[in-house]
Amino acid sequence: MNTAVEQLKKNRAFLCLECGKCTAVCPISKVNNAYSPRRLLAQGLFYGAEDIASDHLLWSCLTCLLCSQRCPVDVKYSDYMRDVRAVAHNMGHEGNASHGGALHYIMEMAASPKLKQNRTEWVTKDLKVKQKGDTLYFAGCLPYYEELFAKDFSFSPVSIAVDTVKILNHIGIEPVVLDNERCCGHDLYWLGRLGQFDELAKLNLKDFEQAGVKKVITSCPECAVALRQLYPERVGTGGPKVQHIAEVLAENKARLKLGEVTREVAFQDPCRLGRFMGVYDPPREVLSMIPGVTVSEMAHNRKGAICCGTTNWMNCDSCSKQIQKSRFDEARAAGAGTLVTACPKCQIHFRCAQCGEPEEKNGLELADFVNIVASALKS
Amino acid sequence: MAVRTQQAKKKTKKEFIPNIVVFACNWCSYAGADNAGTNRMQHSPHFRVIRTMCSGRVTPGFVLKAFKLGADGVLVSGCHFGDCHYIFGNYKAVEQFEKTKGLVKTLGLDLKRVRLEWVSAAEGVRWANLIDEFVGQIAELGPSPLNHKPKYG
Ligand code: SF4
Ligand code: SF4
Ligand code: FES
Repeated sequence: MNTAVEQLKKNRAFLCLECGKCTAVCPISKVNNAYSPRRLLAQGLFYGAEDIASDHLLWSCLTCLLCSQRCPVDVKYSDYMRDVRAVAHNMGHEGNASHGGALHYIMEMAASPKLKQNRTEWVTKDLKVKQKGDTLYFAGCLPYYEELFAKDFSFSPVSIAVDTVKILNHIGIEPVVLDNERCCGHDLYWLGRLGQFDELAKLNLKDFEQAGVKKVITSCPECAVALRQLYPERVGTGGPKVQHIAEVLAENKARLKLGEVTREVAFQDPCRLGRFMGVYDPPREVLSMIPGVTVSEMAHNRKGAICCGTTNWMNCDSCSKQIQKSRFDEARAAGAGTLVTACPKCQIHFRCAQCGEPEEKNGLELADFVNIVASALKS
Repeated sequence: MAVRTQQAKKKTKKEFIPNIVVFACNWCSYAGADNAGTNRMQHSPHFRVIRTMCSGRVTPGFVLKAFKLGADGVLVSGCHFGDCHYIFGNYKAVEQFEKTKGLVKTLGLDLKRVRLEWVSAAEGVRWANLIDEFVGQIAELGPSPLNHKPKYG
């Protein structure tokens, strides 16, 4: 009971005025009128978290922070979701995992002490990486995505890792790449499996220390937010400095030698990069440095950007698809031919939404931020 | 047959008793296993069968969950090509299994720990042989490195 009260103090849920602003802005509520953050909050507060634990809509929240931005009393709704999910998880409720839960099982197994992965096949001879040093490139789940999605969505997730290392080499950084890098645990955290998250966080920090790492660069905003904000919150400060590749490049603009690439792009702000870490300008600055690239803005952008439709590999449904398609419409309306994201997961979700759609209706190319930058590099 | 049983016993006794999960489709492989049973064919008991309606239902998630819960090996079994009750389900199983293998390999597990086989309802002998062989193979490989119970739920 006391811990529940403590949690409510932290996530400020008990301050809710029931004004309904959250439901008004929530992208899920817009397409699924059964889902209402205000209702989940009011019901959870009134009857206790146990009462909403079996509600499958509990897992629909994207923890995207859009509602918290509008909330007049600063209720941390995403944190509230995490706490309720922790209760639900302990009661044995799991929600509907996408992809048969394959990715969640991988995350859980990532904490095995005897784990010895085979994950660095993407490191080709032309890439300069090392085993020990102060700057680490954290590739995240990309090698797993490659196996699971490359064929269906005809794109290569590990190309993001390859291009990131290429760009880092270009600006004179030879990053460490760990052979047995473990999952960052981001999704487990938001699913309320905090014990598992802590276990992974400790293992990762130990690995970083062993490799002598002072700074971590990621190409995935979720890894970045986990390492930068969630690790200090859960297992203590003192870890390495963490940056997303877009921030690194914005700081090293002078060292980037870029050739011409003709593209009209729109930038999809990933929620973790934007609203969580406040990184809005760096990717836009770097993209508009490339000669021939024009960056246009979608109707919902920056702080008001709408998520790609699913997070944590949960509850992917027709609502997610509707959100994804509305993003395509916005990008097309902005005159963009390429929708650029800085998060591998956004791209996977968008690619999935494009599947089965006639080509001319799509008319939008998808690319990761690093792919575009790497294609412009002058050797 | 007696020789085979002894071999299976010897192998499993010497090493450890493997945990093996078998996904068998309802229309052929499960009936094949039944056939082996009703004909009283001796074979290794160290496997647990989970019946699915079709092998095409077995996505990577199924196999990974088995490993997460402590399996040392996973066998997926369906009807021969052309025999699937849902016509193309086993072709889908092949597609899914390719992904499964990719993930299993990336996780650092030996690819010998997973297997896709076709057993028809009439092939009780083949079932018994297959199980003995697979159990022997996993016994040789030893316990799965991921056979780890997380401290937290
Ligand atoms: S916006 Fe804030 S105060 Fe208003 S209903 Fe939502 S959580 Fe409550
Ligand atoms: S965090 Fe995002 S998805 Fe969840 S309730 Fe708020 S606006 Fe909706
Ligand atoms: S029913 Fe046996 S494989 Fe489809």
